[in-house]
Amino acid sequence: MTFLFYFLSAIMILTALFVVFSKNPVDSVIYLIICFIAMAGQYILLNSQFLAVVHVIVYTGAIMVLFLFVIMLLNLNKEIILQKSKVTRISAVITGGIFFLVMVAATRLTLEIHPRYAFDSKIGLVSEVGKTLFHEFLLPFEISSVLFISAMIGAVMFGKKDV
Amino acid sequence: MKDISSAIQLIPLEHYILLCVTLFSIGLMGVLFRRNTIIILMCIELMFNSINLLVAAFSAYHSDPSGQVFVFFVMIVAAAEVAVGLSILVMMKRNVDSVDINLLNRLKW
Repeated sequence: MTFLFYFLSAIMILTALFVVFSKNPVDSVIYLIICFIAMAGQYILLNSQFLAVVHVIVYTGAIMVLFLFVIMLLNLNKEIILQKSKVTRISAVITGGIFFLVMVAATRLTLEIHPRYAFDSKIGLVSEVGKTLFHEFLLPFEISSVLFISAMIGAVMFGKKDV
Repeated sequence: MKDISSAIQLIPLEHYILLCVTLFSIGLMGVLFRRNTIIILMCIELMFNSINLLVAAFSAYHSDPSGQVFVFFVMIVAAAEVAVGLSILVMMKRNVDSVDINLLNRLKW
């Protein structure tokens, strides 16, 4: 079973690299979908089934289809040759690498600190998440509907030809 | 189910941290690397998701269900962000007939 974690991690990292480096935007979207499905597998391994299902529905089902639709509507599915200058690309890779090193070095120091908690396999189930969501986080949950409607109005306003 | 929750205790939390830091760095590198706006949006999604996975892992290892709810809220914000971002992309394509991020440099200096 632990093998599954490392297998999914390898898939995620490889497909994430392909997202960045593939020439065709449609390929990038497909690789990102594979990465997200592997991430749903990670959620299932963590026993958070609610998050796994929501992740598949929201990200793989809605957001990535939205990306594909935009690529199709704007006719972007040709290989794009334009790239940043070589200096910028090399410095982007160096920046990512240095960020990785800094974060790893920072988390190395904290590894000894966090204590072991008793593992409760029930916390990711829908009933537990629902109880927490509708008891402690009821107000933020309702306010997020305001966020959604403002995002929807904003998207429609941006999409109109002449405002 | 029993298998899964016993297997997850064999994986140290540090490995989740390493995985998520790697994914976040790849997303950061992609944002700086590419000129295509749609790829940049996708890299931002990748960064969002690496953080989500880390929060879920911490929540599972600390047996605290609030972490799962936080991940849910981050997903809500990400969905709203993608809707607005993609409509900005459509507007950009209509106005300057390109998705090149380097054309949007009027606020740069």
